[in-house]
Amino acid sequence: MGLIDILLARAKQGHRTIGYPKNPPVLPELFQGRPIVRPELCRSGCGKCADVCPTGAITLPTHIKNPELLLFATSDDAGGGDDTLSLDVGRCIFCGECEKVCGDKAIEFTKEHRMAASSREALKLSGETYEMAKALDKKALKVFGRSLKLRQVSAGGCNACEADINVLNTVVFDLGRFGIQFAASPRHADGLLITGPVTKNMELALRKTWDAVPEPKIVIAVGACAINGGLYAGHAETRSGIPSWLKVDLYIPGCPPHPITILDGLLRLLGKLDE
Amino acid sequence: MRSRLTLRNAEAAPLKAIEPFSAAIFAERLLRDLKGGYRLISYFAQKTGGQNARLYAVIAYDDDGLLRVAATDVAGAFESLTTDTPQAHLFEREIFEQTGLVPKGHPWLKPVRFTGASPEGMGVMKFHRVEGAAVHEVAVGPVHAGIIEPGHFRFQCEGETVLHLDTALGYQHRGVERSLKGGPDKRSIHYIETLAGDTTIGHATAWCQALESLAGVDISFRARGIREIALELERLANHVGDIGALAGDIGFLPTAAWCGRLRGDFLNMTAVICGNRFGRGLVRPGGVAFDLAKSQVADILNRLNEAHEGLDAAVPMLFDSPSVLSRFEETGRLSIHHAVDLGLVGPAARACGIEHDVRKNFTRRPEPSTRFTISTWSTGDVFARGMVRWLEIQRSIAYVRDRIRGLPEDGSMRPMKPPRNAHVAVSLVEGWRGEICHTAITGADGKLALYKVVDPSFHNWMGLAVAMRGQQISDFPLCNKSFNLSYCGHDL
Ligand code: SF4
Repeated sequence: MGLIDILLARAKQGHRTIGYPKNPPVLPELFQGRPIVRPELCRSGCGKCADVCPTGAITLPTHIKNPELLLFATSDDAGGGDDTLSLDVGRCIFCGECEKVCGDKAIEFTKEHRMAASSREALKLSGETYEMAKALDKKALKVFGRSLKLRQVSAGGCNACEADINVLNTVVFDLGRFGIQFAASPRHADGLLITGPVTKNMELALRKTWDAVPEPKIVIAVGACAINGGLYAGHAETRSGIPSWLKVDLYIPGCPPHPITILDGLLRLLGKLDE
Repeated sequence: MRSRLTLRNAEAAPLKAIEPFSAAIFAERLLRDLKGGYRLISYFAQKTGGQNARLYAVIAYDDDGLLRVAATDVAGAFESLTTDTPQAHLFEREIFEQTGLVPKGHPWLKPVRFTGASPEGMGVMKFHRVEGAAVHEVAVGPVHAGIIEPGHFRFQCEGETVLHLDTALGYQHRGVERSLKGGPDKRSIHYIETLAGDTTIGHATAWCQALESLAGVDISFRARGIREIALELERLANHVGDIGALAGDIGFLPTAAWCGRLRGDFLNMTAVICGNRFGRGLVRPGGVAFDLAKSQVADILNRLNEAHEGLDAAVPMLFDSPSVLSRFEETGRLSIHHAVDLGLVGPAARACGIEHDVRKNFTRRPEPSTRFTISTWSTGDVFARGMVRWLEIQRSIAYVRDRIRGLPEDGSMRPMKPPRNAHVAVSLVEGWRGEICHTAITGADGKLALYKVVDPSFHNWMGLAVAMRGQQISDFPLCNKSFNLSYCGHDL
């Protein structure tokens, strides 16, 4: 196998880096993206969505939890305030069961890949609005904006999130073109990108890795497990997601999030996307 | 006459068909079987109150496609077989950690997953130590340089040469098996799908086969076909990724770059079927939750042809390059003798010349019309583990092509029934890393009283350790990639 053969093969493989973010991403036909929750459509108040949800991601309004109150419910009750049907997309593993059982179409999954958020609250969906992830503040952007090095820590991740983060390093996504790279040592990193529900057995290693990252530093949570424990929330063997001693700067929901969703989140954090 | 239970793959039987042997006869029979070349594929204990427990051993008779389940009742302790048959070593450690039963005479009894360890106690165990002036110790992990799962490796070295590698896992322990007990419920299938996220289809299929046999439900041929196609796509994605990773590790960038992309192409084929790149949501008890329309079949066939062309350009050049061969050959060599002794499975075993593959040895009747050939190599080194993957890639592509064109039209989902009570079922699937074994036992209430998962990695981690003996420590990443074992599948 000579160099010429390699070059010929190279020519055949062609240029494979996707046009995103300039062009829209190509997603699978059946892709389950960000859900839309429309409390005003919830007429039957059956509560089935919360029953079937494996991760407890759905909160019902009080009148559904106490069916006798339904008699007195007004459309206001369903629509506004905290006491309303909501779906915590941070917990959601996108199994789609809630959508299937809902006869009122109050929960619907869209093909929207943009799901990253800057706060835990923004992940609790109710209604059509969604507060997308904000860029870091000016000071931080000055430091990280053109070069962000991340140390990835898998703390109980099942290797699906890890795999779809790894994918960003391939020629297809070519993460390096945005100035984002994964560092081998926390000493060389600007922050941690964490996956997994943070097992008890990994907490100390996570803390030591965090301590080894020089200031200023950021934390990115990828996947339902890291955000909230996902399916493993409440397990004695885990910390139900990133422990409170770490402040998370970016949440990327999914189980696992599609690579495009992760990329979108990272680019938003660095202020590289406008809408 | 006390007896063992004989089962086929994914077949259930009443629990009472297993009549426990006395501990002595149990041990004697087990030893005789394992010495005779049969394999211990699962070995676990069920607590029956206080210090008492029942031990179950599942033995595979590969040539006959049969599984035998034997049991014995023990109190507090049992005879260790590890010294005579190393296949048992990790199973016995696991039984000890999970139930407190002591395997008497086990040569290196230590934690497997550090269940319930204190933060400071995590990973602290008696590592093998080599003494001597020129000997030093290297500790790596749990956090590694790449984007991979955590585990700790402890090397005993003399200069650059590794004398021994000890592995401490358990960092990924999430309590999966424990949570499956009392099921099946709405969370079970999701635990299974995330048990080892890169083997979603493999484990979900094993789970569904177990539940369906316990319930006495036959799924449609179409559903079986779609599961098999998804299983091969999972294998293809991972094998292609592994070959790319092997190339990347030795700096052979063309193959590394192209396989990185092609791996994604296979994941995207799975997403054509169900929307998710890992096959989440596809395999469900009773069949598959997504059927394949004609347009999807055509789409997958197109993508498959394209990916095949890409692979034909990307992979042979790797195995043809002298500089690659000089790094792959003779590196991390494992003899067939060691592989058999340790009970290795999957491509790692086949790379040593062991002719075993669930897809061949434990086919479920009636067999699919497509004939299946086991891919083997004989040298047991990094080259062999890469080459077996390449052979399997080509055969899997042919298999998918064949299967997807001839899917029968008998529906994709059948109604499920609850599992029968006090039954046992063993379910095997050839995942991309090797044999996946699930054993399910229901209680009097029909709920799962015990669910035992054996991921192929459970058998194979020790293979990596033995393959490292006498190697340069700098070759560890390459050897490790050539096995590419699961941490969470092991830690559960
Ligand atoms: S799609 Fe999300 S919210 Fe709906 S049932 Fe599944 S996990 Fe719960």
